[in-house]
Amino acid sequence: MHEFSIVQSLLRTIGRYAAEHSATEVSKVIVRVGPLSGVVPHLLRTAFDTFKEGTVAEKAELCIKEEAMRLHCDDCGRDSGVSSPMFRCQHCGSLRVKACNGDELILERLEMECP
Amino acid sequence: MCQECGCSPDTTRKLLDVRRKVLEDNDVWAERNREMLRGYGVLGINLMSSPGSGKTTLIERTIDALRGRCRIGVIEGDLETDRDARRIRQRGVPVRQITTGQACHLDAFMLHEAMHNLPLDRIDLLFVENVGNLVCPAAYDLGTGMNVVLLSTTEGDDKPAKYPLVFRRSELMVITKSDLLQGVDFDPRLAVQEARAVNPLIQVIVLSSRTGEGIGEWIEYIERGAKS
Ligand SMILES: Nc1nc2c(ncn2[C@@H]2O[C@H](COP(=O)(O)OP(=O)(O)OP(=O)(O)O)[C@@H](O)[C@H]2O)c(=O)[nH]1
Ligand SMILES: [Mg+2]
Ligand SMILES: [Zn+2]
Ligand SMILES: [Zn+2]
Repeated sequence: MHEFSIVQSLLRTIGRYAAEHSATEVSKVIVRVGPLSGVVPHLLRTAFDTFKEGTVAEKAELCIKEEAMRLHCDDCGRDSGVSSPMFRCQHCGSLRVKACNGDELILERLEMECP
Repeated sequence: MCQECGCSPDTTRKLLDVRRKVLEDNDVWAERNREMLRGYGVLGINLMSSPGSGKTTLIERTIDALRGRCRIGVIEGDLETDRDARRIRQRGVPVRQITTGQACHLDAFMLHEAMHNLPLDRIDLLFVENVGNLVCPAAYDLGTGMNVVLLSTTEGDDKPAKYPLVFRRSELMVITKSDLLQGVDFDPRLAVQEARAVNPLIQVIVLSSRTGEGIGEWIEYIERGAKS
């Protein structure tokens, strides 16, 4: 469970941008989480709601943009979604597949209240 | 903010496109570590795996195999105890312990501090044993030249699909405890295939620290890395 340390980094970054823009409050935080990032969105949310208290993002809503995991098949050339922890083409059963998604963990956007 | 509807008449809403990595702070320290290691000509090797996959045992084996050929230093990440560090110290190589307490991974800043307490000018190879955990360590770049994931035959061949990040961020997957392959349903082919789904370039070595199978190949691999 490293979502707590991730959120601490996130709040530090938010604090920096808020100060730069003299924001009185951050109202929305938009984060993009790739399906290979190892981050569990609901844990991220719990951690955020725990640690935001007393910071400039205290009232902020956390918006997590996550893509569904997809695989491309090298044998039949088609894409499939992944639900179980098994990297296998849903169309032809091949194991010769590549992940289409990434492992990014990005702070995309902030909505701030500025004087 | 007004009491009636919560609007903020005296402020304006500003939208800021940030588009930065959330763990940017860590990456700054990782870059410093990379430069520091490069400056001293040290190859850093970050070993990541679940608890008990054989990280410490492999380091011990490697120290024995490279004695007289290569000067090794070790940094041990551990939640609570210094047992692993003591095991390494018995082998007579410089070792530093990072006790992470609550944190389930090492980050680049922790490693940086530990590196300052090692004689880097008298080391060729720096092993970093990360905290036993297949999830969190992978998110933190340490700035080591090499990331290696260990997967033991007793923990199941489905781990690359369940914990893809660590396989994506490692250049080498070491399948450990090959001496136990007979007794378990571990299909190395499946593990490799699923690891390559997220990291097509990942290299693979199958070895046993107990019997010594594959250890020669491992030693060659890291010696090649140390020279380049
Ligand atoms: N049969 C067999 N056992 C091994 C091998 N390598 C390690 N072990 C055993 O596996 C257990 C765990 O090994 P460690 O080297 O302590 O594992 P670790 O990854 O350092 O564990 P943590 O630091 O707790 O995460 C020990 O009992 C080792 O003796 C191997 O190649 N074959
Ligand atoms: Mg150990
Ligand atoms: Zn964790
Ligand atoms: Zn297919």
